[in-house]
Formats: sequence, structure tokens, C-alpha cells
Amino acid sequence: MSTASRQRFDPGAAAAEATAAILRDTLHGSERGVVVDSPPGAGKSTLVVRAARELAAAGRRLMVVAQTNAQVDDLVLRLADKDPELRVGRLHSSDGDAYDPALRELPSVTLSAKPKDLAELPITISTAAKWAYVKDAEPWEHAIVDEAYQMRSDALLAVAGLFDRALFVGDPGQLDPFSVVGAEQWAGLSYDPSASAVSTLLAHNPQLPQHRLPVSWRLPASAAPLVSRAFYPYTQFRSGTGPGDRRLSYGVAGDGSGPDRVLDEAAESGWGLLELPARHTPRTDPEAVRAVALVVRRALDRGAVTVDEQSEAPTALTADRIAVGTAHRDQAAAVRAALADLGVDGVTVDTANRLQGREYDLTVVLHPLSGRPDATAFHLETGRLCVLASRHRHACVVVARAGIAELLDDHPSTEPVQLGVTVKFPDGWEANHCVLAHLAEHRIPWKP
Amino acid sequence: MSSYPPSGPPPTTTLRQRLADLRGPAVPPRPLDARALAALAANPGCGRRALLDGAGVDKTALASALGSPSAFGQSQFAIVRGNAFEARVKGDGGAELLRLVHEHLGAGSEPPGPGAHVPDLTAAGPEGRAARTALALREATAAAAADGTWTLLDHPMLALEVAGSPAYLEPDAVVVHPDGRWTVVEIKSFPMIDGAADAAKVGAAARQAAVYVLALEKTAGKLASAVVGHTVLLVCPKDFSNLPAASPVDVRRERAVTLRQLERLTRVEELAAALPEGLSFDPARPAEELTEAVAAVSAAYAPECLAACELAFHCRERARAADAVTALGRSVRGELGTLTTVEEALAAAAGSGGTEDPTAASLHRAARLRAEALEAAACPC
Amino acid sequence: MSLLNTLARLEAVRAGRARPLATVRHRHLSERPLVLVPLTTAGEAGAPLGALVGTDPARPRLLVVPQPRDRDLRWAFLADLADEVLPYVEGYADDVERVERTETDPETGAKSKVEAELCLDAPQLIVPSRAGIEYVRLLGRSMRFRRTAEEDPENPYPAPSRVPLLGRWFTHLGERSRVPGASMLLSATELLGRHWATGQSNLEDQHLGALLSWIVPPEGESGAEAALRAELGRDRDGQLLVPPAGPATDPAFDNKLLAPAMSRYDAARSGDDPRAVARAEAAVRELVAEQMRPAWRAVWQSLELLRTLPPGERAEERWTRDRWSYTGHRDRVRAGEPPQPRRDDAVTAAQKLATRETEQVRLDAQEALDDPLVMAGRRLSGEAFAGEVTEIVMGWTESKRPSPRPLVTVATEDRPQLAEGGGKVFRSLEGRPQAAQFVRFEEDRRLIVLRLLDKMGRGREPEPGSVPEKGDRVCWTLFEHDARGGPKLPDPEKTPWTHGGPPGSRAAAPLPDTVTDEDIL
Repeated sequence: MSTASRQRFDPGAAAAEATAAILRDTLHGSERGVVVDSPPGAGKSTLVVRAARELAAAGRRLMVVAQTNAQVDDLVLRLADKDPELRVGRLHSSDGDAYDPALRELPSVTLSAKPKDLAELPITISTAAKWAYVKDAEPWEHAIVDEAYQMRSDALLAVAGLFDRALFVGDPGQLDPFSVVGAEQWAGLSYDPSASAVSTLLAHNPQLPQHRLPVSWRLPASAAPLVSRAFYPYTQFRSGTGPGDRRLSYGVAGDGSGPDRVLDEAAESGWGLLELPARHTPRTDPEAVRAVALVVRRALDRGAVTVDEQSEAPTALTADRIAVGTAHRDQAAAVRAALADLGVDGVTVDTANRLQGREYDLTVVLHPLSGRPDATAFHLETGRLCVLASRHRHACVVVARAGIAELLDDHPSTEPVQLGVTVKFPDGWEANHCVLAHLAEHRIPWKP
Repeated sequence: MSSYPPSGPPPTTTLRQRLADLRGPAVPPRPLDARALAALAANPGCGRRALLDGAGVDKTALASALGSPSAFGQSQFAIVRGNAFEARVKGDGGAELLRLVHEHLGAGSEPPGPGAHVPDLTAAGPEGRAARTALALREATAAAAADGTWTLLDHPMLALEVAGSPAYLEPDAVVVHPDGRWTVVEIKSFPMIDGAADAAKVGAAARQAAVYVLALEKTAGKLASAVVGHTVLLVCPKDFSNLPAASPVDVRRERAVTLRQLERLTRVEELAAALPEGLSFDPARPAEELTEAVAAVSAAYAPECLAACELAFHCRERARAADAVTALGRSVRGELGTLTTVEEALAAAAGSGGTEDPTAASLHRAARLRAEALEAAACPC
Repeated sequence: MSLLNTLARLEAVRAGRARPLATVRHRHLSERPLVLVPLTTAGEAGAPLGALVGTDPARPRLLVVPQPRDRDLRWAFLADLADEVLPYVEGYADDVERVERTETDPETGAKSKVEAELCLDAPQLIVPSRAGIEYVRLLGRSMRFRRTAEEDPENPYPAPSRVPLLGRWFTHLGERSRVPGASMLLSATELLGRHWATGQSNLEDQHLGALLSWIVPPEGESGAEAALRAELGRDRDGQLLVPPAGPATDPAFDNKLLAPAMSRYDAARSGDDPRAVARAEAAVRELVAEQMRPAWRAVWQSLELLRTLPPGERAEERWTRDRWSYTGHRDRVRAGEPPQPRRDDAVTAAQKLATRETEQVRLDAQEALDDPLVMAGRRLSGEAFAGEVTEIVMGWTESKRPSPRPLVTVATEDRPQLAEGGGKVFRSLEGRPQAAQFVRFEEDRRLIVLRLLDKMGRGREPEPGSVPEKGDRVCWTLFEHDARGGPKLPDPEKTPWTHGGPPGSRAAAPLPDTVTDEDIL
């Protein structure tokens, strides 16, 4: 991209234009559905809240479908925050602790396990799983389906009869839905129940308008180009901030150790690769786990502060603004234990699946392929790496054993090919190579 | 990803000579075909396979000489059936085949009529046939630009330089579209039933087709208006009939992987250089000598090799003899981390491992739980 | 594969023979299963070459197609197969019990009890390997759309009358076998592989002969040696000592023995000596039979081995679901419904996937509850824990009529993945799940304190036996003991616009496959 085009690009204007087009098609379009692709941190939740309010203002009875209870509660809170007058129904399951108790404090929110109690409200929000049990209700005029790429086709089938029209919003680069039992017999069918809701929707309704949010407000200028190139090669997006808009620095100079040097590198460039000597290790590689914990500890010890476009004054980087991402749950557990040993508290440590949709200032990632004798489809899944590499607002440190490039090159590629199934491209192998090549430029060898 | 062919220096005659020595003085090199090239991706971490293929060693003969003959063979029933189907698909001047290409990958072009070209590609020797094919492709692309002619190339011959030696490849067919696009057609005898086919077989066909695409790209690179389609057409018998059914297959992924693996074949030189002088894979040598020679190049055996490599039974025998856990499967090895032999793993299960290795600790716990459960079942008291 | 199963494989390598993966049998075995060993012709989809079939190990019915290219011979084979299989399958149709089941009125949603027929038992087909199951499915697909002369007098290639029906039953069995834990169509390799770990890889376990060699090696030989011989051993003519269990044949057999024998058969048929034809046919039959006999014996031997294990308690409960499945298909056939469509519509596909996911959860739970060895795997992965009760502290709810909520402390060496904040755990109390809430860890996670929640009766004092006592061994799981089915999906006629709308007229029978002179079937 040339400097000139960079200067001409006004992220705020580009995003506003895209949002306006989406709302126009949603409120006044002739098609029953609108699909919006949203790359990481592109303001999906903001869009959903805005669309919900405008639909409600236009007098359209609206249902909102999200995938998890946490997502539903988050949306309810955001709506109440934006518009304390707007009456919202939160449909929940009859299990006692199905919703965030904070919702009880909101006067505009009605909580119920029975759809009938909420029928008159302008907006009703629930999970896809709960909506699927709603029967014989008066159809809603409009629906917003959130995280639609993580929703399975069969889940959409169960709820699509409840609404006339819908806005589908989601991130195509994140983890695909899956099934614990074989579903190969339906591969290639337009309505393969194990495929994503969006792929079924578009296979049957190819004429639907498709939009995309063009600007990531989360990812810094150092990250957006790589994430875009590696995971969204055909639908590139840009960072809402320019180089230098976000800064990470430390109150204490580095001591020359690996963790300190990689933190310095990450502060400088947005990325850091802390490379341990090549070795085949158990999944919970004790050295790598300890290295991850040390990086977090040192970031806190060194008094990291951030500066961003929203506030000129430096903000202390606190534990709650740091996340550690892993591929497996036992790795996350091991990192939590290691952090506890180092006396660190309050840092989020989770797997890629659970980090989807979340945002931090600094992330430390245990590379899914670190120390492995070979890669599997699970470890190569594009969405997994994409989630791990796109949660941060300032910097991302990756901890890995050396030898991943060779591991990728030695990876047998004998994947079966199902006729009629759209190939996801780039595949994980390609995306991994792309990210790794970039990380190699920010490599710090391990040194205690 | 870097360009192809590799930009390194051309292989020296010394490498050729070295590979010839490894093969055995009187043994002609076994030419690589598309199936063999595609199989490179089946276990690219295996140095043994890379070197033997790169040197043109006949692995089937070598496996027999080692006393672990490969079990590959094809039933004549399958061959007869496959040939009959291909003949049927290509019959009538290729009209049916062209119709299928137009139907699935026509991209709005005029359907092929009786004016479609099916040039004669006969020539002497693979080099001659490759030259003839290249000429036909040029002419067909020019004809397409001139008056929108469709051309079907029946069994063209394509040349591809692999690790310094030319490999000759023969796809079932290549179609030149009126817009100058070239499409690889793969004709297979496994059935397409209700629009679905055996995914493992389609995958193998896609990898093979990707090799053809790469070879075609070399030729197309010299022509302004030629583009090689990254979607190939797979033609199979429909349901239980011998009527053709076709399906487009996107081979971008396979192409990217194969391209990278072909580039890495240059490491054959390093592998060869690391071997002691006088070493030979000549099948005429005694088995013990060959076993030693083969052992000088490290292998990356996994049970999947049994379906992909002629030497697999030999490698399995060695892996088992070495007590390697990989013989039990890649997933087993992945699970055991640093414990690479059965002996080590069982010792860890018995509790002799240190507390440092989490896998050893888990195995020890697993052994305790397993013993407890088996005991409980044996004595239902 | 779980680490526990990996350990069993490692032990098998050292022991030189298979090691148990289960202490009970996790699949129902019929008292009278039908064993089917099919062979197919190389390179042709669903062109059968032969089969051994029957319920008596000593007397299989031998069916052979002496020339698979001959359509009439293939029809004759399939007609014979139908004669053998259909009486067996239909033999379970008339012995029924009357049971009550809950039905939901599609209009009002009201639930009511209705009486329904449930067949007392159901057929069970056993094939040698997973490829055999795939082949049953393929045969089902190839036969169910055929038209008989009665159905379609104009058809130039009518199918024998019972062949389409066999296709429908094979299709049903093939689909049912995709449901986790279902047992109407099973393969010997999968049955054995579920219950024993060998010292070879999963891939190599697909060879029935090799797998059996690990489990019951011949006197004086290790499992490894015997398996190797079963897998690769050849005689002086290059023929395998143990022919593959099919349906694919060994290319060396095709090329060296079968092809010449078929040529002789073709030659004899072009002559006019009926005895020569009979001789040539008998020769082909004997060749094909010889290829199938080892697999036939191996399947029966596998079943005998499996019968040495005591049946898993809940495996029988799962069999009831197979009986429902059988009864349902019987009713569809009797009602004259058309054959199963080529591909499922959107609602049917989603329904099947939901059922299979539910059954997978159920199977995982039930196998663990039935078998301490499976439970050990769940304990290892932190999904369950076992230990001794060290303390009981009585407590009650704070309502007007207090219910018991005793605190139970369990000492365990297991490391369950319980999170602070109180997840639920379950134990089996006389076959029914009792729930408890996780309260806290004590003494560095060695003690786990739980609060019992239910199954203690209505009174203030818990019913005897409903609360464990100090010193009791208890096993708690983090997973539920039964699986809940998902929500009801729309009727196919109400398929929403996102999924293409209603699939159209479902009453229209699917068209038969295109037929040409040179077709395979």
C-alpha cells in the first residue's frame, strides 16, 4: 500500500460508510437477509447494538440470537448502557444461574424463562439453544443473529422459523463449529447440518447482500496487516489506528533476559517470538509454560504502561488487561498453576475457543505447535491461530519451541477432499507459515 | 512463498553422478510420475523417501531385495474397467468430455461445438511428446484467442524439473477454453454416487492434479494469454452406471503444498552429501548390505506409510525393532512427548520417571488407575 | 486415543498379546446373529463377487457370481442374498410387546400416552470389518431404487422382486450403524478393537486376521509374529495365507487365480457342453469360497471371544433403542412408504445429527458407569473421581419444610477439573443418578467437600442408604449420566427460507437410477 493511499484512508469514514450501508439494507432492503463479515475487533458488538436500537425505533419487533449466555448478557448490558429506556427481554433457561445477576439491577430489562412473558417487548434476547425451544410464538418481524459463523446450520434451522427477516453478523476467520460425531455423509450438501449457519444461508440465498466491516479498532497498526493477509486474504481490512497511535512501554529497563527482551521487542514492534531450544515435549511443556508465566510476571513487574488514541495519559497495564492463550485446556491449567507459583493473580488464561470475541492489551500465546512431534488438523486449524493472534490492542508475545517451520514442512498432507465443499483458503498450514515468517523477524532466543 | 523453479544454482553433474552411484552403476533411474510426486507430500519429513525418490531408485525392487516386498498391486479387473471408462468418456471426439468441462467450468462461454480441436499429440519419446504438447498448447491458446475454439488435449505429456532431473507427467486430459484458460481433467474409476465420492480418493486425485497444474504453469508462463485453472475437473462413473459424472475440485491448497515440497526436494543434495562413499541402493547387492545402506538415511516411519510407500514394511520392521512408539501411530507418539520408546514409556508408567515430565507423571497415574480397575473387575467383591 | 488406551497398547507390545480395554461387553450381542462376509469385484462399484451368509457357523450359504459382468448373474446373486437375509430380518417383525410411549400432538403440543408396538427383539448383522459395513450401505443404495417387473413392466432390466426391499433394509441398517452404540449392524474388527488393545497401530487393527492374532495367538507364537504372518504371509504361488476379510480381494488373487478361472468359465459358456459350464462355474465358486472362509471363521471366533465378557448393564438398555429403530422401519415398509431418498432433506439431516450427538454423550456416560476400566479413563482426564468418604455433616435447606442437604467429604488421589464456584457432580445410586454440588477443596485438593442435593426422599431425615457413610467407596462423575435430546425441529414441510424452504413434493417416489446396457448393477 502506498503512503498516499494510507493518507487518503480515513478509517472512521470507511467504517461509517459500511455501517450506513448495512443499516440501509437491514431497514429498507428488499432481501430477507443481510450478512455482515466482521474481522477481529471491527466493532461487531457496536453494530449489533446500533442495529437493534434502530430496528426497535422503526417499530420492528426484534429477536436477537447469540451463541452463549455470556454473549447474551453482554449484549443486554450494552443495550441498557446505550439506551436505559429501551425495554429488553432476556429469555433464559430454567436453570438457576443461567444469566448474569447484574441484569437484575437493570430496570429496563425483563427476565423470564417463558417467552410468553416477553412477547410484548420490542426486543427479546436469548441463546440459539434457548430460542430453539420456543414454539408456536407469533413470528418476530426481524432477527439479529450474532456470531453467525460460529453457529451451526442445524441450530439456525431450529430457530429460523421464528423470524421473517434477519441480520447475520460474525467473524468468518474464527473457529468453525464442529460436531463430535461424524457428519461426512452430508458434506457437500447446501444444508449440511454441521456446517456454519452462514454457509447454508448463502448457499440457499446467494443474492443476499453481503457487507464487511473494513476497519479493526482493536488490532494495532502493527497487527492488522499480518492478520488480514494471513487469515482474510480475499477480504482485507485495515487498522483504525496508525503507527505510533498506540504505545507500550515499561517503567523499568529490561535485564537482558529472554522474557524482558521479548517484551521490549513486542513493545517496539507489536510482536515478539520467544524461542526455546527445539525439543519434542509433552503438551504441557514445563519450560515453555514457565516461560509464558515469566513473560507475564515481568510485564507486570516492569510497570508496563500503555498509551492509546483514546487517552493521551499513560495507563498502567494491569493483570486484567493481559491474557494468555493456549490450544489445550491442560496447557491453560498448567499456565494458571505456574502464574500462581509466581504470585500473579487476575490474568485471564484460556483456550482459543474461550478467548473468541474477547480483547486485551497484551496477549501471551503458547504456540499450538510448540514442541509437538507433528501437527494435527486440530493444531493447524486456521481459526485457532487467528483467534490467538488477534486478541490484542498493543502487543502479542508468542512462546514456542524452535523447529515449527520444519514441523510444518514435514506435515503430511493427505487430507480427504469432499466434493462440493468450499475449500477454506488459506488453510491452516499456509496461514501458520505466513504468521511464522512474520514472527521470525521478532525472534528472541530464550535466555533465563 | 518463493517462485518455482528453485532459484538456487543448477545441480551439478557431481550430484547427478552421486545419485547414479547410489542407484547402482547399471541401474537406470526410475522416472518420477505424478503419483510419486504427489506422494512426496504424504510424508515430507522422511529423508529416506526423499533421497530414494530423488535418486530415481526403484523402491519396489529395493523393498524386495531387503526382504520386505511391498504389497502394492492392481487387479486387472480394475485396470480393464478404468480403461473402458476413460475410453467411453473420451469417445466421440471428446464431445462428452468437453460438454462436461463447459457445464461445470464454462464460466459463461459458448458451448463447444463440432469445431472443437483434438490435436494429434504423438511423437517419439517423452521429450518429443512434451515438445509436441507444448506446441499444441500454444496453438490452442492462439486459436482460442482468434475464434473462441475449444481444444481437448488427450493424454498430453508435460515436463517438470524435479531436483534437477526432468520428470514427465501424463494427465488424462487438458482442455483449453475459449478464454485461454487451461483446465486439467482427471478421469477416475471410483464412483460418484449421488454427487459424493470417497473423500480419500478424491484427495489423492486432487494432489495428483495439482502436480499437473504446476507443470502446466511452467508452460503457460511463457504465453501471455494463458492461465492455468486452479480448479480441475474430476470425472467419475455416475452412481452404478458407466455414464460419466463430473465435479469441479479446487486444488489451490494441494498446489501450494506440492509446490513447497518440490522446492524442498533440493535437500536431496544435502542428504546425498552426508552419506559415506561407496554406499549403494543397487537391488543386486546382498540384503544385509542394503539394510545398512538404507539405515544410513533416517526415515520418519508412521503406519500411514503402509498405504503410501513401497518401503514401508521394511521401515516398520526397523521401527518395531527399535522399540519406537511411532510404530503404534502418530497420535501415540504425540501423546507421549519425550518418551519415544516403548521401554521408556513403560518405565515411566511403572513410576521410574522423574516428577519433572508431566507425561511420565500422567502415565504413572494411568498405570495405577488401570491396575486398580482391572483388579476391581477381577474380584467383584 | 486416551492415554489409558495408549498405555494398554504399550503393555500389549511388551506382553506380545492384546490387553483388555474393557471389563464388560459394551455392545449387545444377539443370540442368533446373521454373519455376512461379502466380496466385491475390483474397480467396480457395488458389483458383488460372492458372499458367505448365515446364522449357523457350521453351515454358511455360499453365493458366488461367476462372471460379475453378467447382469443376470448379478441379479441372481442379489435375489439369493435377499432370500437368505430377508427371512432373517423379517423374522423379528411379528413378536411384539405393547408399550406405552409419550407422543406430542403436533397441533396443540399436548403430551399424551399412547400404546405402541415394540418388537421383542431385532436382527443383528455382523460383517468382518468397517469396509464391510460401508459395503452393506453401498449395496443398499444400489438396490433400493431398482424397479421390479411388477412395479414397472416396461423396464428392460427389471430387478428380482425382493431385491429393492433388501436394499431398503440394508440402507436402514447402514444408517442405524452410524448411531453411536447402536448394534444392529456391527463389524468384528470394531467390536474387538473396542474391547482389546493390540501392540500394533489402529490402522493395522483393521485387518481382522492380524487383530485376532494379537488377541488369541497360536500356541508358542507371539501376537506380533502371528499378526505379521496373517497380514503378509504368502505361499509359494504368491497367494496370501490369510486372504483379506473383504470386501476387496487381493490383486494377486484376482490376477493369478480368479481372472483365468473366469476366462475358462466364459469359454465354457460359449461352447455347448453344460457339464463344462458347470465344472468351470464350480471352479470359480470354490476359488471365491476359499477366499471367504477364513473371514467367516474369524467373525464367529470374534463373537465367541466377545461372549466371554459379561454384558454391560446399560448395553441392553441401548439395544431397546435398536428395537425401536427396527420396529419403526418395519412400520414404514408395511405402510408402503417409498424407499429412503438419495440424500437426506435438511430437517432429516439435522435430526439424525442431533440423535447421534445425544447417543454419543449417552454412550460415553454409560460405558463409564458400566465399566471401571472406562471410568478409570474419565478419572484420569479429570472428568470423574473416586475415593473414600471421610466425613458426613448433616445439613438442611432453609425452607419451611427443611430437606436434607448433607455435606460429604471424599478423600481422593484423583485430580478432577472442578472449578471453585460449584459445579454439579453425579453418582449412580441403584442405577439412578444422585446429584451433589461441589463445595470446596481441602488439604491441597486431597479432600473434596460436596453437598448432596437429591434422591434422599421427601422427609426431613434422608431415606436409609441415600447418603453414603463414612468409609464408603464412592465414585462421582462431572458428566451427567443420561443425555437429554435436543429441541424439536420443524416439520420438513416447514423448512425455513434459510435452508431452501420445503423440499417439495415428498410423496413423489425417487426416480430409479439411469440404466445402460453396460451397467454394473
